[in-house]
Amino acid sequence: MIRFENVTKKYGDFVAVDNLNLEIKEGEIVVLIGPSGCGKTTTLRMINRLIEHTEGTIYIKGRDITTVNPVELRRSIGYVIQQVGLFPHMSIAQNIGLVPYLKGWPEEKRKQRVEELLELVGMPPAEFYHRYPHELSGGQQQRIGVARALAADPEIILMDEPFGALDPITREVLQDELIKLQDEVKKTIVFVTHDMDEALKLADKIAIMKDGRVLQYDSPEELIRNPAHGFVEEFIGRERLLQRPELIRAGDIMIKDPVTIAPERRALQALERMRTQKVDSLLVVDKDHKLIGLVTINYLHQHLGEGERVADLMLANPTSITPDTDMSTVLAIMAREQVGYLPVVDGDNHLLGLITRASLVNVLGARY
Amino acid sequence: MEIFSYLINNPERVLSLTIEHLRLTGIAVSLAIVIGVPIGILITRYKKLATPMLALASIVQTIPSLALFGILIPFLGIGAKPAIVVLFLYALLPIIKNTYTGIVGVSPATIDAGRGMGMTDLQILRMVELPLALSVIMAGVRVSAVINIGVTTIAAYIGAGGLGQLIFTGIQLHRNQMIVAGAVPAALLALLVDFLLGRIELWLTPKGLRK
Repeated sequence: MIRFENVTKKYGDFVAVDNLNLEIKEGEIVVLIGPSGCGKTTTLRMINRLIEHTEGTIYIKGRDITTVNPVELRRSIGYVIQQVGLFPHMSIAQNIGLVPYLKGWPEEKRKQRVEELLELVGMPPAEFYHRYPHELSGGQQQRIGVARALAADPEIILMDEPFGALDPITREVLQDELIKLQDEVKKTIVFVTHDMDEALKLADKIAIMKDGRVLQYDSPEELIRNPAHGFVEEFIGRERLLQRPELIRAGDIMIKDPVTIAPERRALQALERMRTQKVDSLLVVDKDHKLIGLVTINYLHQHLGEGERVADLMLANPTSITPDTDMSTVLAIMAREQVGYLPVVDGDNHLLGLITRASLVNVLGARY
Repeated sequence: MEIFSYLINNPERVLSLTIEHLRLTGIAVSLAIVIGVPIGILITRYKKLATPMLALASIVQTIPSLALFGILIPFLGIGAKPAIVVLFLYALLPIIKNTYTGIVGVSPATIDAGRGMGMTDLQILRMVELPLALSVIMAGVRVSAVINIGVTTIAAYIGAGGLGQLIFTGIQLHRNQMIVAGAVPAALLALLVDFLLGRIELWLTPKGLRK
């Protein structure tokens, strides 16, 4: 829908946006995020030519935007800003109906559309049609801001920190409403924010920007799981990972290099190894480091007389998981199998690590 | 009531002088609006011009009115014409200044929203900036008009007519009744014009901005 190809914006010697390549697909909410001065707002405003790029090409539906009259271009793209920017001298209806008015829609059609949009943003037309912006709360004003952007049914909507000036509660409410709204209207939305929680909540894709460049452009899940860059990880914040158990993978929190033992060792040697390593279980691996069993201290004590070798006493083929198993699944397996240990193996059953109740408590404990 | 005898005995003369007075002020202020508002708009578009333009207008404002009349007499002679020129120059500053201040005072976010929604420059001016600046511009017009009614009184000195004529003649003839017949209507006229323009200002203020 929108494609940036080697786009650069310079102000004199200052490079605000540096050789940007970005593709925004139809129907997606793409969030541009980064510290102030990273070029996210500049990038947004280049789309409707409020800022003209200096190099490269921006395409909307395959068409180079410099070939489109900027006024016509802007009328075909919704625009919402942080300060709302409602026209204080115009009624709510006039504000919402502005782009249709500029486009020369007949009055009856405008009126109908305004009422439809007021309904859509949850503000009864009977109550709000003739009101003025100063009579509305901040949250209501921004609802009108969003309705106004939707007025002429544009395919693309640009939102520049639209909820940034609202109190946290109202912000959450409007974010939820935007998600619901998006399910209905299915627009291509480019959304600028500096709030990572907002980005994770709303985005289909997030572009993390710094110094005019996109460091990573991925889905929220992928960003959290595989931050491509030290800055990205720092910017997302390590603790965010922990706030979403469904995003935590076994590989992220497993104990690497768990204590192992070979199957041909003696049971007493196994006990001795547990004592020196201060663990209460050992993973039994063969020469290729493939997992073949598990021994626990209780089990060894109970069955000590039944054999000499670890191989005779171990719990063979224990339930194991792969590194990309998410935490909710891990918890479910532990509950179902009544186990406190889950070895992590790769596709060929090579041992990679171990998840224990204790390591889970450490991770999940950080949340609560 | 002796002091009002001239006023009572010559109502037609006082009335015609009042009309003449209003006409001088009206022409000057109207010209100042027609010229001053566009200049005010222009200097918001070319901000570099703003400081010199406002400085120039304020210099004119600083020159004593009688001195300004004196300066223009060699070029324009006496009578209504040079008087209107001076009155116009006096009316200009508050109108230019308030137009400029009013438009510059419109929130940049509002203008950004307008531009982002696809308004042309002219539409932004006509549909956003001017309506939002209107009450400030009208306040300038009000100040201009009130100053002008005062200065028009002095313009009688160079033969422009108006209520000042009664005051100056009265002074020369030592006839207090005549002075009063010019001074009282001039004072009332200033108050009345101020009041009426105040009402117009309120009426022109868009509903959404009325407190």
